[in-house]
Amino acid sequence: MTAAPVPARARALSRWGGVLRDVMSRPSGAIGLTLVVFHVVLAIVSPWIVAYDYRAMDATLMLNGPSAAHWLGTDHLGRDVLTRTLMGGREALLVTGIATPIAVAWGGLLGIWFGLVGGRADEVLMRVVDAFLSLPWILKMLVLIVTFGTGIEVLIPTLAFFYGIPVIRIARAATHDVVARDFVSAARARGHGRLTIIRRELLPNVLDTLMVEGAMRWSWMLLAFSSLSFLGFGVSPPTPDWGLMIADARGFMSFAPSGVLAPVVALSSLIIGINLTADALAKALGLDRAQKAPV
Amino acid sequence: MLRMLLRRLFLGAVTVVIVSVIIFAGVEILPGDACTAFLEREAQGRLLENCREAQGLNRPAAERYLDWAASALRGDLGVSANGGVSIAELVGNRLKNSLLLAACALGVGVPLAIVLGVVTGLWRDRWIDLLFSTGAIFAMTIPEFVSATVLILVFSVWLGWLPGIVLTSAGAPASEFFPEILLPVIVLAMVMTAHILRMVRSSVIEVMAGDYVQMATLKGVPYWRIVFRHALPNALLPAINVVALTVAWLLGGVVVVEVVFNYPGLGRMMIDAISDRDLPVVQAIALIVATVYVVVNLTADLLTMVLNPRLRTHYMRQR
Repeated sequence: MTAAPVPARARALSRWGGVLRDVMSRPSGAIGLTLVVFHVVLAIVSPWIVAYDYRAMDATLMLNGPSAAHWLGTDHLGRDVLTRTLMGGREALLVTGIATPIAVAWGGLLGIWFGLVGGRADEVLMRVVDAFLSLPWILKMLVLIVTFGTGIEVLIPTLAFFYGIPVIRIARAATHDVVARDFVSAARARGHGRLTIIRRELLPNVLDTLMVEGAMRWSWMLLAFSSLSFLGFGVSPPTPDWGLMIADARGFMSFAPSGVLAPVVALSSLIIGINLTADALAKALGLDRAQKAPV
Repeated sequence: MLRMLLRRLFLGAVTVVIVSVIIFAGVEILPGDACTAFLEREAQGRLLENCREAQGLNRPAAERYLDWAASALRGDLGVSANGGVSIAELVGNRLKNSLLLAACALGVGVPLAIVLGVVTGLWRDRWIDLLFSTGAIFAMTIPEFVSATVLILVFSVWLGWLPGIVLTSAGAPASEFFPEILLPVIVLAMVMTAHILRMVRSSVIEVMAGDYVQMATLKGVPYWRIVFRHALPNALLPAINVVALTVAWLLGGVVVVEVVFNYPGLGRMMIDAISDRDLPVVQAIALIVATVYVVVNLTADLLTMVLNPRLRTHYMRQR
């Protein structure tokens, strides 16, 4: 009884350290995490390492192929494709990087709360969630974006709102699995309030699911964000963005394919990186991701 | 059984009603209405008042909602704000084209996904599994516009095998969309195959690890007999629900694919309507899409119940 108990925080930290090591020991996790870290670092430092101004147009260089001066050629306005590709993920990473934690947090907490409390309100909420999920994401997003405009200040709350809704369902289901266990009954019997039970018993047990869910939501959000950009509802020019670059360069791809291929490779490698990481994380935490519905 | 059937039908209907309320409320909070869209810059004063009077936009929202919902039930979706054409007429051909695209993608994707899912599940962690499981992750997470662009570049620009853009008009019969429809179908089928494959794979793995499979093995039942008679029927049941859920994705993915390939379907019409702020059309399309989704999922649920006696009793106990 003399040994001091390991503080909960230190235990949690060492556990996540172990999970990280497990993720990195898997080929998919190592490749995935490397890709993600590479993209995040690149997004932060790219303004200082690019050789050209991303806005600089040059009418004499329109749609040139790769050359010593412009490694990936130039686009239809004579702008350097390499510069724009290196910087094209910044907006996407910023928006989704803020929106993902918000979505997981509000969806997760609401799901846990209603998973614990249940009752009429729970039934009604689930019907509303079903109703929201039955509308294609693009319709929901576009209606809001057309109403409020296309800036970051609209995209972040919009993505955070809509991508939190499926999280409610996942968190609720995960909570249902935990609520029936003995330690929750014991906590109830001890007379703990709902908030204490959520904080001490439910949240730690549902957290794994939420982490994996968050990684997946992140990749869906990137998909949504870049699709919106591609359709012309995302970032506004001249901000470099992969989706927008692909949309612009598509018309010229028969004679300047590098303008399309560069952003395609960049966007794909980031999204694949996130998914490989999510996959390895799910395996490291012992959760099978394949069962998840594609909503 | 009958009670449960009615319950499912009722819940499906409730979902559609909630969707319709969300759609109506969503469009209601948008600034501007059908009249400001129709009159554009002249939308002020007397003219605007008259238009609102004529369209009945001055009545309370609840009354207009009931009116809209009631006529939608009768198949009357209202009139477009741009040009006053009947929406049911506008939507008809487009819906048919979108369903054609979705049906082709399902027809290619579902059988392919089941075969590949069973193969990867049975040969778990072998090279064939790693190949397709990893490929599936790529296919399901790359945005449709990216894979579509790459396919157009390869098959249409470089190889010149398939047309990269659809030029057939909306009203043309289904047969005329061939071969232009091939690339859009491949793009959609790829993503769908990936989703269903992963589900079937994990379900095959789970079933093959089950007690009754082990029992059959110990009894000396031949391997392939176990696979086809004992394992697969159980493993493939959940696939029905996944197929239904992919339809929700399909309906969204269709929008992007239709824009990329210039395909005259409901999705492109929706994008146009949103850009033009043609609110009645947006409402109508949203309602149609949601209804399709609910009906498909309802069918999947009922099909699963009919095919799986265990699930029937499970549902009974829940209620």
